[in-house]
Amino acid sequence: MRIAVCIKQVPDAEGRLQVAADGKWIDEDEIKFVINESDQYALEEALTLTEAHGGEVVVFSLGPDRVQDALRKALALGAKRAVHLADSAFHGGDAHATARALAAAIRSEEFDLVLTGAQSDDAGYGATGSMLAGLLGWPHAWLVMGLEVDEGGGSAKVTREMESGMNEFFRLQLPAVIEVQAGLNHPRYASLKGIMQAKRKPVDRPTPADLGLVADEVGMAGSRLEIVDVAFPDSGVGAQIFEGDPATAAKALIEKLRNEARVL
Amino acid sequence: MKRFPGVDFLELDALLSDEEKLIRETVRDFVDDMVKPIIEECHRDARTPLELVPKMAELGLFGSTIAEYGLPGLGNVSYGLILQELERGDSGLRSFVSVQSSLVMYPIYAFGSQAQRDRWIPALGSGEAIGCFGLTEPNFGSNPGGMSTTARLDGNEWVLNGSKQWITNGTLADVAVVWARTDDGIRGFLVEKDTPGFTSSDQHGKFSLRASTTSELGFVNCRIPADNLLPKTTGLKNALMCLNQARYGIAWGGLGAAMECYTTALEYAKERIQWNGQPIASHQLVQDKLVWMVTEITKGQLLAHQLGKLKDANRIKHFHISMGKKNNVWVARECARLAREVLGANGIVDDYPIIRHMLNIESVFTYEGTHDIHTLVVGEKITGIPAFNAPEQTVKAKPPTKATAAST
Ligand SMILES: Cc1cc2nc3c(=O)[nH]c(=O)nc-3n(C[C@H](O)[C@H](O)[C@H](O)COP(=O)(O)OP(=O)(O)OC[C@H]3O[C@@H](n4cnc5c(N)ncnc54)[C@H](O)[C@@H]3O)c2cc1C
Repeated sequence: MRIAVCIKQVPDAEGRLQVAADGKWIDEDEIKFVINESDQYALEEALTLTEAHGGEVVVFSLGPDRVQDALRKALALGAKRAVHLADSAFHGGDAHATARALAAAIRSEEFDLVLTGAQSDDAGYGATGSMLAGLLGWPHAWLVMGLEVDEGGGSAKVTREMESGMNEFFRLQLPAVIEVQAGLNHPRYASLKGIMQAKRKPVDRPTPADLGLVADEVGMAGSRLEIVDVAFPDSGVGAQIFEGDPATAAKALIEKLRNEARVL
Repeated sequence: MKRFPGVDFLELDALLSDEEKLIRETVRDFVDDMVKPIIEECHRDARTPLELVPKMAELGLFGSTIAEYGLPGLGNVSYGLILQELERGDSGLRSFVSVQSSLVMYPIYAFGSQAQRDRWIPALGSGEAIGCFGLTEPNFGSNPGGMSTTARLDGNEWVLNGSKQWITNGTLADVAVVWARTDDGIRGFLVEKDTPGFTSSDQHGKFSLRASTTSELGFVNCRIPADNLLPKTTGLKNALMCLNQARYGIAWGGLGAAMECYTTALEYAKERIQWNGQPIASHQLVQDKLVWMVTEITKGQLLAHQLGKLKDANRIKHFHISMGKKNNVWVARECARLAREVLGANGIVDDYPIIRHMLNIESVFTYEGTHDIHTLVVGEKITGIPAFNAPEQTVKAKPPTKATAAST
């Protein structure tokens, strides 16, 4: 089977983030970028599936030049090929504009399955995958914790985690778009051999025109959503610290909860 | 699990290729995920974490510079970065990989017969077999040319007699690369585990490199097939060639230990509060220590990187490697001590990695050529005067043979 995996490169959550000068995003200058966490699980799932059923994995990513590090890593982990939507016309888009670009790139080949993470760790819209499914006209499942492709490859059974510890199982026809949650498998390490082989694997960089798109359908020009402002929430307001040993502090806390907050 | 952020004060990552950075990331993640959570316990229990061997083999960490037998064929900077990250975890773990790769796979690959290579390189690369390297003896450390272990050809067998001491992985090894004196000079032999006449036992009571096994090997009329001679070894220089590989790696490894000590001390200093609610990092004396560490680490990175470039270009000389091993292990030793100071009492307990690194580095300072021996190697290069032997009139023993200034 042929599986497309959409990965996003996001700032490392452990870095110290600063608001950029224009106030509309974070300053990307001194931060480290990594593959979005749930996307790493999507890639692992795809690699395991092709190991079991045969076939190949192609990774897709939209973003500036730095994104090639993420794609290299995906190739080192075992993907066959990468498609980098690197043209500046693709950049700065909302979830819909991004999904439109990805859909066009995915449609230009044949795939049995699109796998991606359930949500990005930076923007966190959790919308790109479902829009991608809508644009492709394929069935879709979100927050997936288990995935099995049925004999013959025509359908797949997915497990979704519900509230209160219940699971939901359902079957969908392939091709489909499946968005996975972090934790559904154990992402592998890139082996040294894999890293050396990745050097020779192809990375395509199509332009919007190559994909039959007009530049203002994608990227910032094609977006209906605009980030107006990003800011840190005010800190230090309303917080109280109880001094003293644990027993004294606990007493003071109960006192406050009872008499001021009136929740006890 | 907290990720190691790396130490790159001078934007030296720009010197690395994409592959080199990815390789470092893989080993860095492996160390953070799988080594750090168990290493203090291994150190306490004096246990070699053999459970990590299959994973290290799967990643391709054994014999990684060899390009045959399905091994990755990495360049020397990549190899160095691997050892840097491993030693950030523990010097003992790095020793395991150095011995397996540089002291066992390298000599079999470089000096072995086709049959020896075909048999051992895949087995050692996949971690199914473990190797050790026996050069040092109870009475000959810095001067291995004086060795008393002998090998005598008897029909189609070699007969080995003697003993080797301080041998990393000695009791764990399936195959030992043993150096012995023959009628044709010093040569290398492969001795397999359980060969009659070959015994091994562990050195106990170590306060350093406790997560690594150190052993003594004994040979009493130990008979091995004539085919177990490494045919392309012709003298001590072959053993020294192995050591050059390993010492090159240690120049990088030392930086790993130094980085772990520095980053631990930096974090601690920013959080530990003593006077006026201020962290201890706000005091000039503490900053001085942190700045010393990051400056020396940065200089060490440049040194290691240039050694890698020279090695890739086949222009590296043993005295270049001596400078790297000597300097970078010294930097690690000083960083461990300064970090120990910065952590105060917390510096002496194994809740933090500092005291373990501080103890480990004492072994690293001594093995693979002591710090002082490497000083003499560089000294000989720049002055043209070898200073290994004491002046003639004070020598009582017979003068050692030539090319003895080396050790494991
Ligand atoms: C944990 C550990 C693991 C080891 N693993 C191995 C292994 O796997 N295989 C192996 O073969 N060996 C191994 N060794 C042995 C190691 O290589 C030797 O300990 C080292 O070469 C030093 O030898 P020595 O201990 O006999 O010290 P000596 O040679 O006795 O030196 C003692 C001191 O005298 C100084 N000295 C010696 N000669 C001179 C000189 N000419 N001028 C000035 N100073 C001098 C030295 O610098 C040192 O300070 C290991 C050692 C340790 C501690």
